[in-house]
Amino acid sequence: MKRLSLESKVLNENQRVADSLRQRFRENGVLCLNLISSPGSGKTALLEQTLAHLDPTTRVAVLTGDIQTDNDARRLARFGFPVKQITTGGTCHLDGRMIERHLEDWSLADLDLLFIENVGNLVCPSSYDLGEASKIVLLSVTEGEDKPLKYPSIFFKSDLFILMKVDLLPYVPFSAELVEENARRVHPGMEVVRASAVAPGGLDQWLVWLRSRIAAAKGSQAFAAAGR
Amino acid sequence: MHELSIAESILDAVRKEIALHPGAVPLRVGVRIGSMAAIDEEALTFCFEVVVHGTEWETLKLETKVIPARRICNSCGNTFIIEDYNSVCPACGSEDTRADGGDELDLEYLEVETDEAPVP
Ligand SMILES: Nc1nc2c(ncn2[C@@H]2O[C@H](COP(=O)(O)OP(=O)(O)OP(=O)(O)O)[C@@H](O)[C@H]2O)c(=O)[nH]1
Ligand SMILES: [Mg+2]
Ligand SMILES: [Zn+2]
Repeated sequence: MKRLSLESKVLNENQRVADSLRQRFRENGVLCLNLISSPGSGKTALLEQTLAHLDPTTRVAVLTGDIQTDNDARRLARFGFPVKQITTGGTCHLDGRMIERHLEDWSLADLDLLFIENVGNLVCPSSYDLGEASKIVLLSVTEGEDKPLKYPSIFFKSDLFILMKVDLLPYVPFSAELVEENARRVHPGMEVVRASAVAPGGLDQWLVWLRSRIAAAKGSQAFAAAGR
Repeated sequence: MHELSIAESILDAVRKEIALHPGAVPLRVGVRIGSMAAIDEEALTFCFEVVVHGTEWETLKLETKVIPARRICNSCGNTFIIEDYNSVCPACGSEDTRADGGDELDLEYLEVETDEAPVP
Protein backbone atom coordinates (compact mmCIF):
# COMPACT_ATOMS: atom_id res chain seq x y z
CA MET A 1 0.00 0.00 0.00
CA LYS A 2 1.17 3.45 -0.81
CA ARG A 3 0.02 6.89 0.35
CA LEU A 4 0.01 9.59 -2.30
CA SER A 5 0.00 13.12 -1.02
CA LEU A 6 -2.62 15.22 -2.81
CA GLU A 7 -2.57 18.62 -1.07
CA SER A 8 -5.08 20.43 -3.24
CA LYS A 9 -8.49 21.95 -2.77
CA VAL A 10 -11.47 19.67 -3.32
CA LEU A 11 -13.09 22.45 -5.32
CA ASN A 12 -9.93 23.29 -7.23
CA GLU A 13 -11.80 23.46 -10.53
CA ASN A 14 -14.20 26.07 -9.13
CA GLN A 15 -11.28 27.86 -7.51
CA ARG A 16 -9.48 28.14 -10.84
CA VAL A 17 -12.54 29.73 -12.46
CA ALA A 18 -13.08 32.03 -9.47
CA ASP A 19 -9.44 33.17 -9.48
CA SER A 20 -9.66 34.05 -13.16
CA LEU A 21 -12.94 35.94 -12.62
CA ARG A 22 -11.41 37.82 -9.69
CA GLN A 23 -8.48 38.88 -11.83
CA ARG A 24 -10.79 40.08 -14.63
CA PHE A 25 -12.89 42.08 -12.14
CA ARG A 26 -9.76 43.67 -10.73
CA GLU A 27 -8.29 44.55 -14.10
CA ASN A 28 -11.55 46.17 -15.13
CA GLY A 29 -12.11 47.99 -11.83
CA VAL A 30 -15.35 46.11 -11.21
CA LEU A 31 -16.44 45.67 -7.60
CA CYS A 32 -18.16 42.29 -7.42
CA LEU A 33 -20.33 41.55 -4.38
CA ASN A 34 -21.91 38.17 -3.62
CA LEU A 35 -25.14 38.51 -1.59
CA ILE A 36 -26.12 35.48 0.48
CA SER A 37 -29.07 34.85 2.79
CA SER A 38 -31.84 32.37 3.43
CA PRO A 39 -34.91 32.63 1.16
CA GLY A 40 -36.86 35.82 1.71
CA SER A 41 -34.44 37.80 3.87
CA GLY A 42 -34.62 40.63 1.36
CA LYS A 43 -31.75 40.30 -1.13
CA THR A 44 -33.85 41.35 -4.11
CA ALA A 45 -35.61 44.09 -2.13
CA LEU A 46 -32.24 45.50 -1.06
CA LEU A 47 -31.01 45.43 -4.65
CA GLU A 48 -34.19 47.07 -5.97
CA GLN A 49 -33.80 49.96 -3.56
CA THR A 50 -30.06 50.13 -4.20
CA LEU A 51 -30.59 50.41 -7.95
CA ALA A 52 -33.17 53.11 -7.31
CA HIS A 53 -30.88 55.15 -5.03
CA LEU A 54 -27.40 54.66 -6.41
CA ASP A 55 -25.67 57.59 -8.09
CA PRO A 56 -26.82 57.43 -11.75
CA THR A 57 -23.20 57.55 -12.92
CA THR A 58 -22.43 54.19 -11.31
CA ARG A 59 -22.48 51.51 -13.97
CA VAL A 60 -24.04 48.51 -12.30
CA ALA A 61 -25.23 45.08 -13.39
CA VAL A 62 -26.89 42.21 -11.55
CA LEU A 63 -26.78 38.44 -11.84
CA THR A 64 -29.51 36.84 -9.80
CA GLY A 65 -29.64 33.15 -9.00
CA ASP A 66 -32.69 31.08 -8.21
CA ILE A 67 -33.58 27.43 -8.46
CA GLN A 68 -36.64 28.29 -10.53
CA THR A 69 -38.39 31.34 -12.09
CA ASP A 70 -37.07 34.63 -13.44
CA ASN A 71 -39.20 36.69 -11.01
CA ASP A 72 -36.19 38.35 -9.38
CA ALA A 73 -34.63 39.35 -12.72
CA ARG A 74 -37.94 40.88 -13.78
CA ARG A 75 -38.20 42.82 -10.50
CA LEU A 76 -34.67 44.15 -10.97
CA ALA A 77 -34.81 44.86 -14.72
CA ARG A 78 -37.34 47.67 -14.13
CA PHE A 79 -34.48 49.95 -13.08
CA GLY A 80 -32.92 49.96 -16.54
CA PHE A 81 -29.59 48.31 -15.64
CA PRO A 82 -28.42 45.05 -17.20
CA VAL A 83 -29.82 42.10 -15.26
CA LYS A 84 -29.61 38.39 -15.92
CA GLN A 85 -31.35 35.53 -14.21
CA ILE A 86 -29.32 32.40 -13.52
CA THR A 87 -31.73 29.51 -13.09
CA THR A 88 -29.90 26.61 -11.48
CA GLY A 89 -32.66 24.05 -12.01
CA GLY A 90 -32.25 22.43 -8.61
CA THR A 91 -28.73 23.32 -7.51
CA CYS A 92 -28.68 25.04 -4.14
CA HIS A 93 -25.84 27.47 -4.92
CA LEU A 94 -24.16 29.36 -7.75
CA ASP A 95 -20.70 28.30 -8.89
CA GLY A 96 -17.91 30.00 -10.79
CA ARG A 97 -18.81 28.47 -14.14
CA MET A 98 -22.36 29.80 -13.98
CA ILE A 99 -21.01 33.31 -13.41
CA GLU A 100 -18.46 32.99 -16.20
CA ARG A 101 -21.11 31.78 -18.65
CA HIS A 102 -23.60 34.53 -17.82
CA LEU A 103 -20.98 37.25 -18.14
CA GLU A 104 -20.05 36.22 -21.68
CA ASP A 105 -21.93 38.95 -23.53
CA TRP A 106 -21.28 41.76 -21.07
CA SER A 107 -18.20 43.95 -21.29
CA LEU A 108 -16.62 44.24 -17.85
CA ALA A 109 -14.84 47.41 -18.93
CA ASP A 110 -18.27 49.08 -19.00
CA LEU A 111 -19.08 48.20 -15.39
CA ASP A 112 -18.21 49.61 -11.97
CA LEU A 113 -20.29 47.29 -9.86
CA LEU A 114 -21.56 43.75 -10.26
CA PHE A 115 -24.04 42.33 -7.78
CA ILE A 116 -24.54 38.61 -7.58
CA GLU A 117 -27.69 37.58 -5.73
CA ASN A 118 -27.04 33.98 -4.72
CA VAL A 119 -29.68 31.27 -4.40
CA GLY A 120 -31.64 31.70 -1.15
CA ASN A 121 -29.69 29.39 1.19
CA LEU A 122 -27.56 30.17 4.22
CA VAL A 123 -25.27 27.15 3.93
CA CYS A 124 -24.29 25.89 0.50
CA PRO A 125 -23.38 29.16 -1.29
CA SER A 126 -20.68 29.80 1.29
CA SER A 127 -18.51 26.98 -0.12
CA TYR A 128 -18.33 28.36 -3.66
CA ASP A 129 -16.03 31.24 -4.48
CA LEU A 130 -17.46 33.29 -7.36
CA GLY A 131 -14.50 35.61 -7.74
CA GLU A 132 -16.26 38.27 -5.67
CA ALA A 133 -14.38 40.96 -3.75
CA SER A 134 -16.63 40.29 -0.77
CA LYS A 135 -19.37 38.02 0.33
CA ILE A 136 -22.19 39.83 2.11
CA VAL A 137 -24.56 37.99 4.41
CA LEU A 138 -28.10 39.25 5.00
CA LEU A 139 -30.31 38.23 7.88
CA SER A 140 -33.69 39.76 8.67
CA VAL A 141 -35.06 40.55 12.10
CA THR A 142 -37.70 37.82 11.91
CA GLU A 143 -35.14 35.04 11.69
CA GLY A 144 -33.81 34.91 15.26
CA GLU A 145 -30.68 36.25 16.93
CA ASP A 146 -29.04 32.83 17.13
CA LYS A 147 -28.56 32.38 13.38
CA PRO A 148 -24.90 33.53 13.29
CA LEU A 149 -24.13 30.76 15.79
CA LYS A 150 -26.21 28.16 13.93
CA TYR A 151 -24.80 29.05 10.50
CA PRO A 152 -21.31 30.25 11.44
CA SER A 153 -19.60 29.56 8.14
CA ILE A 154 -21.30 32.26 6.11
CA PHE A 155 -20.82 34.84 8.87
CA PHE A 156 -17.18 33.78 9.17
CA LYS A 157 -16.59 34.22 5.44
CA SER A 158 -18.56 37.42 4.81
CA ASP A 159 -17.01 40.88 5.02
CA LEU A 160 -20.31 42.57 5.80
CA PHE A 161 -23.46 41.61 7.68
CA ILE A 162 -26.61 43.45 6.63
CA LEU A 163 -29.33 43.20 9.25
CA MET A 164 -32.46 43.53 7.09
CA LYS A 165 -36.03 44.63 7.77
CA VAL A 166 -35.11 46.76 10.79
CA ASP A 167 -38.38 48.64 10.19
CA LEU A 168 -40.01 45.56 11.79
CA LEU A 169 -37.98 45.78 15.02
CA PRO A 170 -40.87 47.38 16.98
CA TYR A 171 -43.10 44.43 16.15
CA VAL A 172 -40.89 41.40 16.75
CA PRO A 173 -39.06 40.21 19.86
CA PHE A 174 -35.57 40.49 18.43
CA SER A 175 -32.46 42.16 19.77
CA ALA A 176 -30.32 43.81 17.10
CA GLU A 177 -27.52 44.15 19.66
CA LEU A 178 -27.54 40.43 20.44
CA VAL A 179 -27.48 39.32 16.79
CA GLU A 180 -24.55 41.66 16.16
CA GLU A 181 -22.76 40.31 19.19
CA ASN A 182 -23.32 36.75 17.95
CA ALA A 183 -22.02 37.66 14.49
CA ARG A 184 -18.89 39.14 16.04
CA ARG A 185 -18.29 36.03 18.14
CA VAL A 186 -18.07 34.04 14.93
CA HIS A 187 -16.26 36.80 13.05
CA PRO A 188 -14.45 39.17 15.41
CA GLY A 189 -14.58 42.77 14.20
CA MET A 190 -17.21 42.01 11.55
CA GLU A 191 -18.74 45.08 9.92
CA VAL A 192 -22.50 45.35 10.38
CA VAL A 193 -25.05 47.70 8.85
CA ARG A 194 -28.75 47.86 9.61
CA ALA A 195 -31.06 48.27 6.65
CA SER A 196 -34.65 48.46 5.59
CA ALA A 197 -35.93 48.30 2.06
CA VAL A 198 -39.15 50.08 3.03
CA ALA A 199 -38.34 52.72 5.66
CA PRO A 200 -37.17 56.17 4.53
CA GLY A 201 -33.40 56.38 4.84
CA GLY A 202 -33.31 52.62 5.39
CA LEU A 203 -30.38 52.21 3.04
CA ASP A 204 -28.19 55.02 4.33
CA GLN A 205 -25.60 52.94 6.24
CA TRP A 206 -25.41 50.40 3.43
CA LEU A 207 -24.92 53.05 0.74
CA VAL A 208 -22.06 54.62 2.72
CA TRP A 209 -20.35 51.23 2.89
CA LEU A 210 -21.03 50.55 -0.79
CA ARG A 211 -19.76 53.91 -2.08
CA SER A 212 -16.53 53.60 -0.15
CA ARG A 213 -15.97 50.11 -1.55
CA ILE A 214 -16.64 51.27 -5.12
CA ALA A 215 -14.12 54.08 -4.69
CA ALA A 216 -11.56 51.66 -3.24
CA ALA A 217 -12.03 49.26 -6.17
CA LYS A 218 -11.39 52.08 -8.65
CA GLY A 219 -8.33 53.12 -6.65
CA SER A 220 -6.83 49.64 -6.68
CA GLN A 221 -7.42 49.35 -10.43
CA ALA A 222 -5.53 52.61 -10.99
CA PHE A 223 -2.78 51.36 -8.68
CA ALA A 224 -2.53 48.06 -10.57
CA ALA A 225 -2.42 49.88 -13.93
CA ALA A 226 0.29 52.27 -12.71
CA GLY A 227 2.39 49.39 -11.42
CA ARG A 228 2.45 47.66 -14.79
CA MET B 1 -27.44 20.08 0.52
CA HIS B 2 -24.26 20.63 -1.43
CA GLU B 3 -22.41 17.65 0.06
CA LEU B 4 -23.44 15.64 -2.99
CA SER B 5 -21.63 17.96 -5.38
CA ILE B 6 -18.66 18.03 -3.00
CA ALA B 7 -18.60 14.20 -2.98
CA GLU B 8 -18.61 14.20 -6.78
CA SER B 9 -15.73 16.67 -6.83
CA ILE B 10 -13.73 14.39 -4.52
CA LEU B 11 -14.31 11.42 -6.80
CA ASP B 12 -13.32 13.52 -9.83
CA ALA B 13 -10.05 14.39 -8.11
CA VAL B 14 -9.41 10.72 -7.34
CA ARG B 15 -10.07 9.78 -10.97
CA LYS B 16 -7.56 12.37 -12.17
CA GLU B 17 -4.91 11.27 -9.69
CA ILE B 18 -5.38 7.56 -10.44
CA ALA B 19 -4.97 8.22 -14.16
CA LEU B 20 -1.38 9.25 -13.33
CA HIS B 21 -0.67 5.92 -11.61
CA PRO B 22 -1.55 3.08 -13.96
CA GLY B 23 -2.28 -0.15 -12.12
CA ALA B 24 -2.95 1.52 -8.78
CA VAL B 25 -6.19 0.65 -7.00
CA PRO B 26 -7.53 3.44 -4.76
CA LEU B 27 -8.44 2.36 -1.23
CA ARG B 28 -8.91 5.48 0.85
CA VAL B 29 -9.09 9.18 0.14
CA GLY B 30 -8.41 11.64 2.93
CA VAL B 31 -10.13 15.03 3.14
CA ARG B 32 -9.54 17.84 5.62
CA ILE B 33 -12.58 19.94 6.53
CA GLY B 34 -12.32 23.23 8.36
CA SER B 35 -14.89 23.72 11.12
CA MET B 36 -16.04 26.88 9.28
CA ALA B 37 -16.32 25.19 5.88
CA ALA B 38 -20.10 24.62 6.03
CA ILE B 39 -19.61 20.94 5.27
CA ASP B 40 -21.37 18.32 7.33
CA GLU B 41 -18.98 15.43 7.87
CA GLU B 42 -21.69 12.77 8.16
CA ALA B 43 -23.66 14.04 5.19
CA LEU B 44 -20.50 14.11 3.08
CA THR B 45 -19.57 10.54 4.07
CA PHE B 46 -23.09 9.39 3.24
CA CYS B 47 -23.09 11.23 -0.11
CA PHE B 48 -19.71 9.78 -0.99
CA GLU B 49 -21.04 6.25 -0.42
CA VAL B 50 -23.98 7.09 -2.68
CA VAL B 51 -21.71 8.48 -5.39
CA VAL B 52 -19.41 5.43 -5.52
CA HIS B 53 -22.16 2.86 -5.05
CA GLY B 54 -22.46 0.46 -7.97
CA THR B 55 -19.41 1.91 -9.71
CA GLU B 56 -15.86 0.66 -10.11
CA TRP B 57 -15.01 2.93 -7.13
CA GLU B 58 -17.33 1.08 -4.77
CA THR B 59 -14.53 -0.04 -2.43
CA LEU B 60 -13.03 3.43 -2.11
CA LYS B 61 -13.48 4.84 1.40
CA LEU B 62 -13.64 8.49 2.32
CA GLU B 63 -11.74 9.51 5.45
CA THR B 64 -12.62 12.92 6.85
CA LYS B 65 -10.90 14.97 9.48
CA VAL B 66 -12.38 18.16 10.88
CA ILE B 67 -9.83 20.77 11.81
CA PRO B 68 -10.69 23.51 14.29
CA ALA B 69 -10.64 27.19 13.41
CA ARG B 70 -7.44 28.99 14.44
CA ARG B 71 -6.34 32.57 14.89
CA ILE B 72 -2.98 34.30 14.79
CA CYS B 73 -2.11 37.01 17.28
CA ASN B 74 -1.03 40.27 15.62
CA SER B 75 0.80 41.30 18.77
CA CYS B 76 2.90 38.25 19.66
CA GLY B 77 2.55 35.97 16.61
CA ASN B 78 1.07 33.10 18.61
CA THR B 79 -1.26 30.73 16.70
CA PHE B 80 -4.12 29.32 18.74
CA ILE B 81 -7.23 27.19 18.35
CA ILE B 82 -10.46 29.05 19.05
CA GLU B 83 -12.56 27.59 21.82
CA ASP B 84 -16.09 28.80 22.42
CA TYR B 85 -15.48 31.66 19.98
CA ASN B 86 -12.95 33.26 22.27
CA SER B 87 -10.70 35.20 19.91
CA VAL B 88 -8.42 36.72 22.57
CA CYS B 89 -4.80 35.52 22.41
CA PRO B 90 -4.25 33.08 25.30
CA ALA B 91 -0.51 33.85 25.33
CA CYS B 92 -0.51 37.63 25.68
CA GLY B 93 -4.15 38.61 26.12
CA SER B 94 -4.25 40.75 22.98
CA GLU B 95 -7.58 41.18 21.21
CA ASP B 96 -5.83 42.03 17.97
CA THR B 97 -5.93 38.64 16.25
CA ARG B 98 -6.76 37.44 12.75
CA ALA B 99 -8.30 34.26 11.31
CA ASP B 100 -5.93 31.53 10.16
CA GLY B 101 -7.83 29.21 7.84
CA GLY B 102 -10.91 27.48 9.18
CA ASP B 103 -12.77 27.10 5.89
CA GLU B 104 -10.49 24.40 4.46
CA LEU B 105 -11.90 21.75 2.18
CA ASP B 106 -8.73 20.05 1.07
CA LEU B 107 -7.72 16.73 -0.39
CA GLU B 108 -4.97 15.38 1.78
CA TYR B 109 -3.98 11.92 0.57
CA LEU B 110 -4.95 8.96 -1.53
CA GLU B 111 -4.01 5.49 -0.38
CA VAL B 112 -3.58 3.00 -3.18
CA GLU B 113 -2.69 -0.64 -3.66
CA THR B 114 0.05 -0.86 -6.26
CA ASP B 115 1.54 -3.77 -8.13
CA GLU B 116 4.95 -2.13 -8.00
CA ALA B 117 7.58 -4.10 -6.13
CA PRO B 118 8.05 -2.56 -2.67
CA VAL B 119 11.17 -0.49 -2.30
CA PRO B 120 13.59 -2.47 -0.08
N1 LIG C 1 -40.84 45.04 6.19
C1 LIG C 1 -39.88 44.74 5.33
N2 LIG C 1 -40.09 43.79 4.40
C2 LIG C 1 -39.10 43.49 3.55
C3 LIG C 1 -37.85 44.16 3.58
N3 LIG C 1 -37.05 43.63 2.62
C4 LIG C 1 -37.78 42.69 2.01
N4 LIG C 1 -39.03 42.60 2.54
C5 LIG C 1 -40.08 41.67 2.14
O1 LIG C 1 -39.62 40.33 2.33
C6 LIG C 1 -40.08 39.49 1.30
C7 LIG C 1 -38.93 38.78 0.63
O2 LIG C 1 -38.06 39.71 0.02
P1 LIG C 1 -37.12 39.35 -1.21
O3 LIG C 1 -36.39 40.58 -1.57
O4 LIG C 1 -37.91 38.68 -2.28
O5 LIG C 1 -36.17 38.28 -0.55
P2 LIG C 1 -34.96 37.46 -1.23
O6 LIG C 1 -33.90 37.34 -0.21
O7 LIG C 1 -34.59 38.08 -2.52
O8 LIG C 1 -35.65 36.04 -1.48
P3 LIG C 1 -35.14 34.85 -2.46
O9 LIG C 1 -34.53 35.46 -3.68
O10 LIG C 1 -36.38 34.09 -2.76
O11 LIG C 1 -34.17 34.05 -1.66
C8 LIG C 1 -40.87 40.38 0.35
O12 LIG C 1 -42.22 40.25 0.64
C9 LIG C 1 -40.35 41.76 0.66
O13 LIG C 1 -41.30 42.77 0.40
C10 LIG C 1 -37.66 45.18 4.57
O14 LIG C 1 -36.60 45.80 4.69
N5 LIG C 1 -38.70 45.43 5.42
MG1 LIG D 1 -34.47 37.27 -4.44
ZN1 LIG E 1 -0.53 37.27 21.58
